[in-house]
Amino acid sequence: MRRQTDGGVIPYERLSRLAKVRRFVRRNPTMVAGALLLVFMVLLAVFAPYLRTVNPVDMNPVERLRAPIAAHWFGTDMYGRDSYSRVIYGARISLFVGLVVAAITSVVGLAIGLVSGFVRKLDNVIMRVMDGIMALPDLLLAISFVALTKASVRNVIIALVIPQTPRVVRLVRSIVLTLREQPFIEAATAMGARVPRIMVCHLLPNTLAALIVQGTYVMASAVLIEAGLSFLGAGTPPEIPSWGNIMAEARSYVRVAFWLLLFPGLFLAVTVLSINLVGDGLRDMLDPRIAKRMR
Amino acid sequence: MLIYTIKRVLAALPVLGIVVVFVFLLVRLAPGDPATILAGDYATPENIQKIRTGLGLDRPIHVQFAIYAGNLLRGDLGKSLHSQMPVGQLILQRIEPTVALALSTLLFAVLTAVPLGVLAAWRAGSLVDRAVMVIAVGGFSVPIFWLGFLLIYLFSVKLDLLPVQGYVSFREGIVPFVRHLILPTIALGLVYTALLARITRASLLEVLQSDYIRTANAKGIAPAAVLFSHALKNAAVPVVTTIGIGFALLIGGVVITESVFALPGLGRLTVDAILQRDYSIIQGVTLIFSFSYALVNLLVDLSYTLFDPRIRY
Repeated sequence: MRRQTDGGVIPYERLSRLAKVRRFVRRNPTMVAGALLLVFMVLLAVFAPYLRTVNPVDMNPVERLRAPIAAHWFGTDMYGRDSYSRVIYGARISLFVGLVVAAITSVVGLAIGLVSGFVRKLDNVIMRVMDGIMALPDLLLAISFVALTKASVRNVIIALVIPQTPRVVRLVRSIVLTLREQPFIEAATAMGARVPRIMVCHLLPNTLAALIVQGTYVMASAVLIEAGLSFLGAGTPPEIPSWGNIMAEARSYVRVAFWLLLFPGLFLAVTVLSINLVGDGLRDMLDPRIAKRMR
Repeated sequence: MLIYTIKRVLAALPVLGIVVVFVFLLVRLAPGDPATILAGDYATPENIQKIRTGLGLDRPIHVQFAIYAGNLLRGDLGKSLHSQMPVGQLILQRIEPTVALALSTLLFAVLTAVPLGVLAAWRAGSLVDRAVMVIAVGGFSVPIFWLGFLLIYLFSVKLDLLPVQGYVSFREGIVPFVRHLILPTIALGLVYTALLARITRASLLEVLQSDYIRTANAKGIAPAAVLFSHALKNAAVPVVTTIGIGFALLIGGVVITESVFALPGLGRLTVDAILQRDYSIIQGVTLIFSFSYALVNLLVDLSYTLFDPRIRY
């Protein structure tokens, strides 16, 4: 829903840098807002050791279950730990898990999708396996995996990569299927380029834009599901202050200490929202025909 | 139609087969010995050996799979590792709240999302449209368990309008049954509503730009009639498809929602099984959920003819 408010009087190239930025912000307000929020969360996560007021794992029984006050912005929990410090440390786990899952899923999904789309003999087998994985609800698959292995950040990441990969595979494959019929691929084949070269040099660069957008959606899901897993007790180990863990511990205090649930959940929701807004903005900039296949 | 139904069912079978293999392999391929993990930290070697023999883990893997698949075909999902109760029976005991929650959520999502989506598409670009899209993006971002606690805090703790947690069977009275389901339904339904509203809007917008809608308008048919009897039905197919795809969101969400609202359903069974590392229950529930997902999507495929008679099989 981009409105042509500028009228195009001055050619884009002649605009000053500031004018270009202003025009971008005006045309993509939600995306810019999302990006700013995301940057804010990343800064919180990176500088958590400097921003915290006390050590997030320090217990202080005298100060337990304090409502938010000047010394404890977000109050304290049942062990007297400072909720604000714990919440900003929680950003580290969520964003780390989200980023790593998005990166691994994109690379693995890209590789499988390229092969599936271009090597017809393998396509059917690969896609049936992907259908099978997609038929397993992602949260349940992740729960089963973490329940069987030990709760650790590494296992949570594996548990999230498995159900997310088919989404990327399907997208990459669908793009490759349309690309492979185009003259430039035919030309490359006619010139004697081998299959791996065609995949890496000709097909891969054409999937990247869509892949980045899908990557943001994968990241948003990963952050949400990681919190859900931790909340259910099948996520990051309980001693790590992740948002899901903080809320799992606080769940029986809904009546007496609602702030313990309010703030971590708020940060989680804002983080996921910001990633989704950036993803939607990037998608709208893409070729609309490709954008349709996403989500 | 009958032939198509049979074909479609047959086409779904390999996927179900892969699901079974996957669920089977998950326990075998995971790092570490399942028997040792299941036995816990204080197990004696004899205990571990007993569990291993009990699970048939000492046999070759293809024999294990044959036994597992054979039992499944007879409807035997195995026994709980802790209570020794048949998993099938445990699932039957817990299925009612889950089905009730899933159906009420489906109903809630469709009844809110379709009108919202229609409104947004009909007044595209307006403030209403923007508001609906904000709800749609927000719905994707709000964690179910957080929303659940917000609702509990607001409506149960502060306003004291609705029960905090728990489940009452419809056999014990419709009013308490409904009252206990309202908050879980909203918490679980928001993400589904977001998804469906978005698709309804997009699908209807596309239809509204087509030639036959312009023709209908040009003939002077009342705008409401154009919208409801010409446009909406043609926009239905992608929406119905999304109901099927979104069912996966619902299944994952059920587990979390039941945990937040203390509903004694399949989700709670799963969470309790996680805490006890009762893997046969997790396996059984995963299979049941996956099969129901496949079934819902099968029904969705078959329902297309209802909305679009041009689709023939």
